[in-house]
Amino acid sequence: MTEPIVDGPFALLAELTYACPLHCPYCSNPLALDDYGDELTTEEWQRVFAEAAELGVLQLHLSGGEPMQRRDIVELVRHASRSGMYTNLITSGLGFSERRAEQLRDAGLDHVQISIQADERVLSDRIAGTPSFQRKQEVTRLAKRLGWPLTINVVLHRQNLDRIGAILDMAADMGADRIELANTQYYGWAQRNRAALLPSRDQLERAETVVRAARERLRGQMEIIYVIPDYYSRYPKPCMDGWARRQLTVVPNGDALPCPAAHELARGLGMPTANVREHSLPWIWEESPLFERFRGEAWMPDPCRSCERRQLDFGGCRCQAFALTGDAARTDPVCHLSPDHELVEAAVAAANEPTRGDGVIAPRSHPGRTRPPATAVMP
Amino acid sequence: MRYDAARRQHALLSPENVLVINDTGAAIVRLCDGQRTVAEIEAELQGRYDEVAAGDVRRFVTDLVALRGMEVDDD
Repeated sequence: MTEPIVDGPFALLAELTYACPLHCPYCSNPLALDDYGDELTTEEWQRVFAEAAELGVLQLHLSGGEPMQRRDIVELVRHASRSGMYTNLITSGLGFSERRAEQLRDAGLDHVQISIQADERVLSDRIAGTPSFQRKQEVTRLAKRLGWPLTINVVLHRQNLDRIGAILDMAADMGADRIELANTQYYGWAQRNRAALLPSRDQLERAETVVRAARERLRGQMEIIYVIPDYYSRYPKPCMDGWARRQLTVVPNGDALPCPAAHELARGLGMPTANVREHSLPWIWEESPLFERFRGEAWMPDPCRSCERRQLDFGGCRCQAFALTGDAARTDPVCHLSPDHELVEAAVAAANEPTRGDGVIAPRSHPGRTRPPATAVMP
Repeated sequence: MRYDAARRQHALLSPENVLVINDTGAAIVRLCDGQRTVAEIEAELQGRYDEVAAGDVRRFVTDLVALRGMEVDDD
């Protein structure tokens, strides 16, 4: 059964730039960053925001890379805020100076989400690949002082999962309203580092016990979102709540994607790109072949096609199917019913070998970047 | 709270959540000004509309707090 009309998306993730001072080994940005240096201008983003609001987008997530690397960030927030969307800035904290923070607040920014890599300086800086822990601490205080609701965002993996108790304490001490503890998802750079990042079953069980206790203790004070690694679950995650169903992503060069990890998948499909420089956002959402490709259920293979869970998990993650099997239209190999499930089982078995060490992580590399024309007018 | 013009409904927005509320809910949220108590809001609405039962506003507010769509001061 397909839905009779395409409802508009609720959320837009705007990846403003892939420039970033950090080198996180689980970076979710694509491997080949050179293709994204020709960034949308201020005016082009503003047009995208206006079209998004008209299409029904209520929440705008401004991310990257590091969105504070855009010199026009204040201008962009002001424009988005005026169009009525709830604006959320997802930042490493680097470049979030007091002066710019005040400008962002005056521009109407609704919420700040700050990433931290661990609860203590040495480990956090090692994972980030650059000294940043101290600055991040200052930025959380600044965000609180300026009155924003604060979310702390920590990506979890083999090298920091055992610190989860101390990480929760740190976030509570900072006065965070929410903490997102998301286990690494294995795309792009993270897939390359998978052996060093995928935790063991023991680590996960210990972490879950800590999270359960912290939820009790901090009820009403701090909301804890904990995302388990899907490699350890029986069924796949309901990725994006379904392909092109609730949200979309626009990346620095204007390509629109149904999911923030779909760069390589979109290329692999050999379909024309859905770029906002060539098409309107409504056309991309409602009619582009890329967004239509996995909408609804008609595309599903077995075992998804006849599975009673198909409206719960939508066949899982298309990007994961593509990354692991080379075919985006297969069942997500994470599902224990998938014919490709052995690919995931092998990785899990390797992560649980008793003699395994932590392994070596390869820091994310960044090429030089092309800045967009300086069109922003700073107040 | 924002009015969602594309879908003609009211929505409460938080970082990763959209709570869709009906017109009655929107009327309650509009009266939440950080000063009024729940009882005062209920009295205000009973003066405005015929069918506001005792406890309706309290139930709505409790639900929203649980969904983290609202904060209430105890004192």
